[in-house]
Amino acid sequence: MDLNMVWFLLIWVLLAGYAILDGFDLGVGVLHLFARDDRQRRIHLNAIGPVWDGNEVWLLTGGGALFAAFPPVYATVFSGYYLALMLVLFALIFRAVSMEFRGQIDNPSWRRLWDWAFGLGSLIPAIIFGVAIGNILRGLPIEADGSLNIPFLALLNPYAVLIGVLSLLMFVMHGAAYLAVKTEGDLQQRVARWTSGVWMAFVVVYLVATIATFFVSSFLFEGVLSNPLFWIFFLLLLASIVYIPIVNRAGKFLRAFLGSSATIAAMIGLTAVSLFPRMVPSSLDLASSLTIYNASSTPRTLTVMLVIALIGLPLVIVYTVCIYRAFAGKVVISEDSY
Amino acid sequence: MDLDPLFLSRLQFALTIGFHFLFPPLSIGLAWLLVWIEWHGWRRGDEDYVRAGKFFGKILGLTFAVGVATGIVMEFQFGTNWAEYSKYVGDIFGAPLAAEAIFAFFLESTFLGLYLFGRNRVSKGMHWFSILMVAVGSTLSAFWIIVANSWQQTPAGYEIRNGRAELTDFWAATFNPSTADRFLHTFVGCLIAGAFLMAGISAYLVLKNRGTQVGRKTLKISLIFGLVVSVLALFPTGDHHAKQVARTQPEKFAAMEGLIHGQIRAPLAVFGIPSEGPPELKFKIGIPGLLSLMAFGDADAHVPGIEDLREAGRPTPPFVITFICFHTMVGLGTLFIALTALGVFLLYRRKLFETRWYLKLLLWAIPLPLIACELGWIVAEVGRQPWVVYRILKTKDAYSANVTGGEVLFSIIMFGLIYLLLGVLYVFIMARSIKRGPTALPVKEVR
Repeated sequence: MDLNMVWFLLIWVLLAGYAILDGFDLGVGVLHLFARDDRQRRIHLNAIGPVWDGNEVWLLTGGGALFAAFPPVYATVFSGYYLALMLVLFALIFRAVSMEFRGQIDNPSWRRLWDWAFGLGSLIPAIIFGVAIGNILRGLPIEADGSLNIPFLALLNPYAVLIGVLSLLMFVMHGAAYLAVKTEGDLQQRVARWTSGVWMAFVVVYLVATIATFFVSSFLFEGVLSNPLFWIFFLLLLASIVYIPIVNRAGKFLRAFLGSSATIAAMIGLTAVSLFPRMVPSSLDLASSLTIYNASSTPRTLTVMLVIALIGLPLVIVYTVCIYRAFAGKVVISEDSY
Repeated sequence: MDLDPLFLSRLQFALTIGFHFLFPPLSIGLAWLLVWIEWHGWRRGDEDYVRAGKFFGKILGLTFAVGVATGIVMEFQFGTNWAEYSKYVGDIFGAPLAAEAIFAFFLESTFLGLYLFGRNRVSKGMHWFSILMVAVGSTLSAFWIIVANSWQQTPAGYEIRNGRAELTDFWAATFNPSTADRFLHTFVGCLIAGAFLMAGISAYLVLKNRGTQVGRKTLKISLIFGLVVSVLALFPTGDHHAKQVARTQPEKFAAMEGLIHGQIRAPLAVFGIPSEGPPELKFKIGIPGLLSLMAFGDADAHVPGIEDLREAGRPTPPFVITFICFHTMVGLGTLFIALTALGVFLLYRRKLFETRWYLKLLLWAIPLPLIACELGWIVAEVGRQPWVVYRILKTKDAYSANVTGGEVLFSIIMFGLIYLLLGVLYVFIMARSIKRGPTALPVKEVR
């Protein structure tokens, strides 16, 4: 395994960390739109209140690491996705401040306004992240000189939108599973029903998406069947998808949440395995794809970055675990709450 | 109409960084003051300090949220609007951004959650530790972003190979010739912003008799702290930073100081009306020899001027903006020392809490350090033009050629509207919670 492969792995690990951690609070945000009353909305907000900010840092770290390790990928994809990314940024801005602003003024329409901002601010990124991955799986029109020109509407092709719906369902299922851990009583029963409902939709869309991928991007399947990693992720995915409704029905909600986390990890693992060694396939000519070798930083930078990651990430994981433990248990509304 | 994506991308970067940069200084300054306040609340069990911690903690939470929301934009914008830049310098520039995320963002965000929501969940010692980590994290964040920006000012530890800048020495790139001076000066500027925010709010509490006990204590702390850091901003950090610019970026230095023609015994321009094309400084009031002395420690030293640098084929930055922003910043810095010194004097004479005009002045002075921070940043960035990386890459060669002017115009309009809304709401909500005061902290019903 060379440095470029290590960084390919690390980038996808950061993306998986983001999808699992910020994934549940994006999902909670989408479900927020369907809450019944103000008490429930406050429980939603306070279930993620102490942790969402740290979760979002996984996205920043992923972006920073992509910039440092694979600058041409960062530059080409981010400028190519200009309007889509701007929409994500606008949504994330509103999402971040809505939680803080909402409780500041005791007025129902003020709260409604920021509830919508929070919900839509979560919904839009949940879809666009999927659309972005869908377009990468499909291949982007990268020229031989590495340039990319793609109009915004071309990003909204049926296949990418399908992947967008899939990622939305994945995050919503994950968010419902998280809420079941953090709530009790009627509300818990209600979110547990959401989990199983969204699970069914998720499985159907996933099957359709897999078949569609086979037709849209058959190159992704070349050689993966002989790759043991593919089979490991595939079995993990099958097992965790089957596991979720079983434990959810049995009322073991933490296990259901871990199951949906494993599902996300496995899906991202499969995506990474089938893309490797490409970062972004070219739809014009596969030979023009951005790969971990033609789009990477120098070995020196990759080494420095690896040292930074090896010092930093263990620390991050240790104190993240500590904080989650400090806030373990059901949501309690107190004077410090939103 | 022909929309120039380069001009629009520059405008968007200026708008988004300018707005974002209002919030981190306040967060950093407040966080360090809260480390002190919470320590007293914890160790001495003083109720007033506990209330002060809760009160200013809420303000920190609000400020931090807007800072985070507008900060995400910055991290993505290099890729979206400055793709050529990102490709050319990514081998060096990406690392400090990633280091900032791993070492700083995680620390500050994670522990801020614990600080704001964990007051009754963790031990008091742990709670104090969490605000300490917020302060450390936000300071580290400032450090790494200034590492990245300093590399643009005084690049080091690289070689141009394979059509890009490649890293040859990580430590030389990180501690490049301007990193230390720029970080210390900026950090002190952030502390002044925090001190003035706390002093202004405390003055208001004393004036309006809302939580006066709390207000008096925090006013005392923030004024004394404010005086110390205001002095530090001028000397040694400001002085050192200016000397470093004189050494490493003579073009910027000449524009800052308004030196048109190079000379020995160069005068320090205290005042002047600058104009462009050809650069000229009218109504100039100068102190002979002082610029040479301050820049190089020798009154007879030669300081190059704008015209001779241009003749030597070195492009110089826009003169008027750089000169005015620099001088206004220095003026404000001097004012901060005078203002806080007066306050400490009144405190010493036991007249501070009765001197109402002074307390009112403090309230109105809250935005001034932020203006000074913005001006300093403008000097740093405009003074580097036309380069995006000094003497390596020009700004005009750095933008994303595949993004159209219309797209950037759309995003500028959106950012403009959203940031206007955020700014108004931030001030409005802040004013509301200040008016309520620390004694009437919103104790929300349980359940």
